Amino acid sequence: MVNIAIATPEIFLLCTICLILLIDLFLKEDCRMVTYLLSQVALLATALLVYSRLGGEKITGLNDMYVRDDLGSVLKISILLLAAGVFVYARKYLKDKNLWKSEFFLLALFAVLGMMVMASANSLLVIYLGLELLALSMYTLVAFNRDDGRSSEAAMKYFVLGAIASGLLLYGFSILYGLSGRLDIAGVAAYVSGQQVMTNLPLLFALVFVVAGIAFKFGAVPFHMWVPDVYQGAPTAVTMFLGSVPKVAALAMLLRVLAESVGLANPAWAQMLLVFGLLSVFLGNLIAIAQFNLKRMFAYSTIAHMGFILLGALSGSTEGYSAALFYTITYAMTAAGGFAILVLLGKEGFEAETLDDIKGLNERNPWYAFIMMLLLFSMAGIPPTVGFYAKLSIIQAVMQAGYLWPAVFMVVMSVIGAFYYLRAIKMMYFDKPDNSDPINAELDFNVLISVNGVLMVVLGIFPSALMGICSAAMVASHL
Amino acid sequence: MTFEQIIFYLFAGVLVIAAAGMVTVRNPIYAALCLILSFFTSAALWLLLEAEFLGIVLVLVYVGAVMVLFLFVIMMLDLNLDLLKEGFARYLPVGLLVAAVVAVEMILVLQSGPFGATQPAAPAPANNTEALGEILYTDYVYPFEIAAVILVVAIIAAIVLTLRRRPDARKQDISQQVQVRREDRVRLVKMKAERSGKEA
Repeated sequence: MVNIAIATPEIFLLCTICLILLIDLFLKEDCRMVTYLLSQVALLATALLVYSRLGGEKITGLNDMYVRDDLGSVLKISILLLAAGVFVYARKYLKDKNLWKSEFFLLALFAVLGMMVMASANSLLVIYLGLELLALSMYTLVAFNRDDGRSSEAAMKYFVLGAIASGLLLYGFSILYGLSGRLDIAGVAAYVSGQQVMTNLPLLFALVFVVAGIAFKFGAVPFHMWVPDVYQGAPTAVTMFLGSVPKVAALAMLLRVLAESVGLANPAWAQMLLVFGLLSVFLGNLIAIAQFNLKRMFAYSTIAHMGFILLGALSGSTEGYSAALFYTITYAMTAAGGFAILVLLGKEGFEAETLDDIKGLNERNPWYAFIMMLLLFSMAGIPPTVGFYAKLSIIQAVMQAGYLWPAVFMVVMSVIGAFYYLRAIKMMYFDKPDNSDPINAELDFNVLISVNGVLMVVLGIFPSALMGICSAAMVASHL
Repeated sequence: MTFEQIIFYLFAGVLVIAAAGMVTVRNPIYAALCLILSFFTSAALWLLLEAEFLGIVLVLVYVGAVMVLFLFVIMMLDLNLDLLKEGFARYLPVGLLVAAVVAVEMILVLQSGPFGATQPAAPAPANNTEALGEILYTDYVYPFEIAAVILVVAIIAAIVLTLRRRPDARKQDISQQVQVRREDRVRLVKMKAERSGKEA
């Protein structure tokens, strides 16, 4: 059944991107603000379109390639809003670094489109294409500061490793297709339901490749080698985008592929996710302690957080999936805020990226220091911030699935991980600043970062609203 | 062994040798030519599978366009290929070991059964191109459009990463050229006639 109208948000976004691309051609060099504003309008209008379709039954269209359900809508709205927030934060950095070009916003919009495609994909082929759209835009964005050797090197690493990951994923998909003869998610699920999963060697073989490909995109150990280099090498604005929004898309891919299509093979892939998740939580937290560069530290902390998300998803229960979704959305917000503070500390010709740069932030600007403290508390998982509740719900889901020792291990590693967050907070509050230049930002930046910081506490105290949305989305999609 | 099988093994053998040669030969031009050979042989394999459209497109697009571009790049750029190949011999044992382990595992797994096609393949439609076009623009219109968007991104990416506006570049301005007047270009200089040769 062809039902093109079902994909209205994606079509709208694509048309708007093409329009912006054309309008931008006729704009003068100093009118880039118009492109920026148009991009923001595109994101928000698309979010509104998705929102207006929220609720209602799960329906498919475009020959079963596209699915519209609440899960997809929630994922898409969070992707769009996060991207809009990142754009606000990125503006100052791009202007400071002489990277104020319209292509940043265009490529980011294309990446967002790719993520939306993934979020509502109902076919393995579409998932792969969405992933490639996202990945190609990201490779370019990482290399965006093309005169900087580190940026190009990071992009090259990201490109080669990302291509390998795509290859692994595609190979896994091809075996799944060879086994089931179907590419649509329901078809693969129907095939899996008739199999003895643990003794079906080719199915397990396919799952290994699929899970490895997904873990690669998450940046989970042992597929994490690209994360620190790319985070450090990319311009901070791009790192902020890369470190927040695509995590939601990675979760979308995990839910669509592992949970929906091969969900009944849970005992098989849960073991792999368990190993990847525990290794990520372990290595991420330990190596982050040794990092002096804040971007690298955040990279290793991301690895640890991604471990948590994988562990949440492995339980295969509604609680586990909704906990993973909650964790991903809140973590993406936290990460965007954390990088925004780094953007704030940088100035023309100077990139803030080491722990020294946040020394004495409290003396320079107590409000920013307070927000950064909230963000770091949330990453560490200290109550009453939202990070605590997110970790708690993941650990609950893991325990309900019967994994007691992994849950204990996660708690221990979180406590160890708290060290490097607290060290950063100590440096902000108790060390003397190296320079005492005032920190300036525009009004919208200030408002957004304040809202971002305050949300950490508000969501931490009243998590039930967002958690309710997450679990309702899972229930509506029969997960 | 049927005639078809003989042809298959012939082309498959050439393909494998050409692919191996592409990675191992020293001269990059030879490597590119090996790649062209492997494209040709895989196109032949596709023809054997009655997928003539794909076979022809492979030759037209890859051999006709992409490889020509490759050769241009190789000849234009002054690449120090010895430097690039430095690690090859050093990493070869590890690479071979990993490849062998993966290959053995894959053979063991894929031998185990369910890939044996139970139902015979449907007969290929008489007109391959038409059949492909029909499903490409109907059943697969969504993936097709996304692929188109990916190509747009590739264009934008290539421009972003390579376009440099050079202030010293000399450009032709046609309208200026057309509007040029004689006075702009020709300067008449009045000079006294020189007396020739007498005093010298």
